Amino acid sequence: MTEDEHREGIKGMANPGRYGIERIAYLLMRLTGLGLLGYFIAHVYETSNILRGRMGWDDFLAMTQTTEGHIFLALVIGMCVFHTGNGIRIMLGHGGVGVGNPARPDYPYQPASQNYRQKIGIYSSIVLAAVAMMYGMAVMFGE
Amino acid sequence: MAQVSSIADEQASTPLSSPKSIVLRISKFNPKLDESSKFMEFTVPYQKWTTVLEAILDVKKHFDHSVAVRYSCRQATCGSCGMMINGKPKLACFTKISELDSDVVTVEPMNNFPVIRDLTVGFEKLFEKHQKIQPYLIRDDSELESDEREFLQSPQEVEQYIQFANCIKCGLCNSACPTMATDSSFVGPQALAQAYRYVADSRDKGKDTRLNIIDESHGIWRCHFAGSCSQVCPKGVDPAMGIQFLRGYLLGFRS
Repeated sequence: MTEDEHREGIKGMANPGRYGIERIAYLLMRLTGLGLLGYFIAHVYETSNILRGRMGWDDFLAMTQTTEGHIFLALVIGMCVFHTGNGIRIMLGHGGVGVGNPARPDYPYQPASQNYRQKIGIYSSIVLAAVAMMYGMAVMFGE
Repeated sequence: MAQVSSIADEQASTPLSSPKSIVLRISKFNPKLDESSKFMEFTVPYQKWTTVLEAILDVKKHFDHSVAVRYSCRQATCGSCGMMINGKPKLACFTKISELDSDVVTVEPMNNFPVIRDLTVGFEKLFEKHQKIQPYLIRDDSELESDEREFLQSPQEVEQYIQFANCIKCGLCNSACPTMATDSSFVGPQALAQAYRYVADSRDKGKDTRLNIIDESHGIWRCHFAGSCSQVCPKGVDPAMGIQFLRGYLLGFRS
């Protein structure tokens, strides 16, 4: 990337404040994707501790039984649910499903691809993720 | 360094009965001379109908004629005056100051385009990518013989692409696109929407050719359906819709 291209860069890509809920969903999708990738790697490392025998396994598992561990797992639940829900919306959209139909545009040109179905999909994913996190925390902290 | 200036009352083209004024912040940058951009500030009177372009031209005419801005039609048809207005890409001729609901209006060159000077950016890459998708009808018998009629289409067939034919190549969609912000090789929403415009045209026979062109690592798969391109389009083209339909062809959802 050269200076004279005047690109916004990562800062511009990650700025969700200017283009509505769709751009926020885009950012959340990327962040949760990276978060889940990190969790997957950590999970592989965690489960490999079984090779250290029962003591080693129990020792490592105890780390998830702390307050910090519960909060971390609740975040993983939230990321997983949002990424799944929003991912289904995106996959359908990528196939041209639910993005409206071509038509002569009328002023003020509301884009049909940003229709109420897409917004419902995004808000539903966020709400579902929040509910799943709360349920997860209730189970983990209620032990 | 900012310089604050007011256009003299007797010089402003906007009637001075207007009690309202804004501070217009104009980004100044000459890549050949300056290391970084700086803002010049001007107090400009405005009316309900005053556009950002008119305010810039007021400044240019009466105070600082060195402000570089490209414009032509003043009616959102030529696509020349795209710029960042209060952080979002818009056409200056199509944006009324009164609609911005702000006492300070900041104008900068569009993001993701090389700056020529001040508010003017280079469109070479935009046009290059536009040409890459072969924006014309492809068919063996494209030349009409003298005794033939034009290729007929039903209103329903026209409806499939006419929305995408409204593109004025202003570049706002490429400026808003989060992928364009980081990937200079991405073909971009403007060119992809135009690819769909011709793929959806019943007279065109070049669908496979165009799908092959966009089916590459920096092609259509880099679009993540953020939809910002459609939100900033001043002509209602909705590039995000066209891109998803194109991807539908490649994924086998459409035929």
